[in-house]
Amino acid sequence: MIETGEILQTMRMIQEENFDIRTITLGINLLDCSDADGEKCGRRVYDKICRVAQNLVKTGENIEREFSIPIVNKRISVTPVSLICQADPRPIARWLDKAAAEMGVNFLGGYSALMHKGATLADERLLESIPEVMATTERLCSSVNVGSTRAGINMNAVREMGEIIKKTAELTADRDSLGCAKLVVFANAVEDNPFMAGAFCGVGEPESVINVGVSGPGVVKKALESVKGQPFDVVAETIKRTAFKITRVGQLVAREASQRLNIPFGIVDLSLAPTPARGDSVAHILTEMGLEMAGAPGTTAALALLNDAVKKGGVMASNHVGGLSGAFIPVSEDIGMIEAASCGALTLEKLEAMTCVCSVGLDMIAIPGDTSAAAISGIIADEAAIGMVNNKTTAVRVIPAAGKKAGDTVEFGGLLGFAPVMPVNTYNNDAFIARGGRIPAPLHSLRN
Amino acid sequence: MTKALISVTGLDATGIIAKVATKLSEMNINILDISQTILGGYFTMMMVVDLDGAHMEFAAIDEALQPIREEMKMAIHMQRMDIFDAMHRI
Repeated sequence: MIETGEILQTMRMIQEENFDIRTITLGINLLDCSDADGEKCGRRVYDKICRVAQNLVKTGENIEREFSIPIVNKRISVTPVSLICQADPRPIARWLDKAAAEMGVNFLGGYSALMHKGATLADERLLESIPEVMATTERLCSSVNVGSTRAGINMNAVREMGEIIKKTAELTADRDSLGCAKLVVFANAVEDNPFMAGAFCGVGEPESVINVGVSGPGVVKKALESVKGQPFDVVAETIKRTAFKITRVGQLVAREASQRLNIPFGIVDLSLAPTPARGDSVAHILTEMGLEMAGAPGTTAALALLNDAVKKGGVMASNHVGGLSGAFIPVSEDIGMIEAASCGALTLEKLEAMTCVCSVGLDMIAIPGDTSAAAISGIIADEAAIGMVNNKTTAVRVIPAAGKKAGDTVEFGGLLGFAPVMPVNTYNNDAFIARGGRIPAPLHSLRN
Repeated sequence: MTKALISVTGLDATGIIAKVATKLSEMNINILDISQTILGGYFTMMMVVDLDGAHMEFAAIDEALQPIREEMKMAIHMQRMDIFDAMHRI
């Protein structure tokens, strides 16, 4: 029998420490909706999503109520759109956005292209359309994979993405360049990521699939408060134990959702995903370890320990683990990161170092509106190189906030939060980015 | 067996347990475990019940407790037990 103390601990985690299930993401294969005509393809896509996802939100809400665990987001990810249509994909974008609204999900991911080695004609068309689509749709998220450990880095795509991000920022200038918050550039993108903006349903996935992302930085922070001053062995063990408990609930929710929707369970993503709410911050876990601010010397080591312990604790708690699994370090979505960036404790270069050991990459970082496309491409190339060489997923989601300069603030609202505009190194890299071509895959890509 | 935890808290009064237990019995919900105490004038009770006998949706059972919440001015919260088992038992 469960003891009263255990019941109270669970309730405290949910009510006081912001423990929640961050997302139930329904992956839907759209390859069968393929058509040479964008409008026809879009219509099929819409019909299929509305058929497969019709019970998603209601089921999520029922689970939420019965287990008294908040499920913050119910979302949909689809096959990368560049794989289902050779023609102008803009009509598909409209239908996808409409389907997302109809199904009541706040984001739908998969306006994506995988071009780590090279671009198809469809990839090129999709890329061209991204700025307009991000400006004219509300719920659609876009991602582009520009590199991998196996393939190297497609520097043509890197160059193009710098320009596309700039253009997206300009077209959504009236909303603090919000379009860029829905657009992410990956290296080693994963096929089963349930988190936005980078979620898409990979071609290796089944017809439809339930992936669940957990969260709970507040719970980890609280647990660490009880081991103040103790050695790192104790810190790691405490995080592991907490991550195990959090993930068990993720597994339970995933299993329930899968059974009720009659859709196979894919993975639980063992993540610590922050929100701008106080008490829901990954940065504050780092400060709890003894750093005055995220960004202080020691931050990368602290994050490495955290990221590893979350995985070790979580992996025992779920039968299938995947996605991005680790600690996210977005700036605008984490009050501790916002504070650190605002006071200058945290810089872009330190964030880059942190991405070597976190779950993904440079995330939700506002940069000056006059940052050149080449500079953004350079940031993407650096990040992709870290991912490629270290065999990990990395990503860039930066917002060159139109009209803003370092020190200003951008406001996205809701889970996307707000952020101080961080300065970018302004030395010129135009000639470097202009080269194009491919950076060859590293030697350790040859593992067969 | 679908087990749920029902927690009841509020200012102490006569007949709280009777009211809740009667309502559960009307719905054919069996009480498996019960613990109750008074903390500083506050009535605090936790019950573990088996919902299977009721043949009702979770939401409908929860809704059926609503008159007691209003009449007795108690906070009554019902939650599936699985979440505690998942978190604290391997």
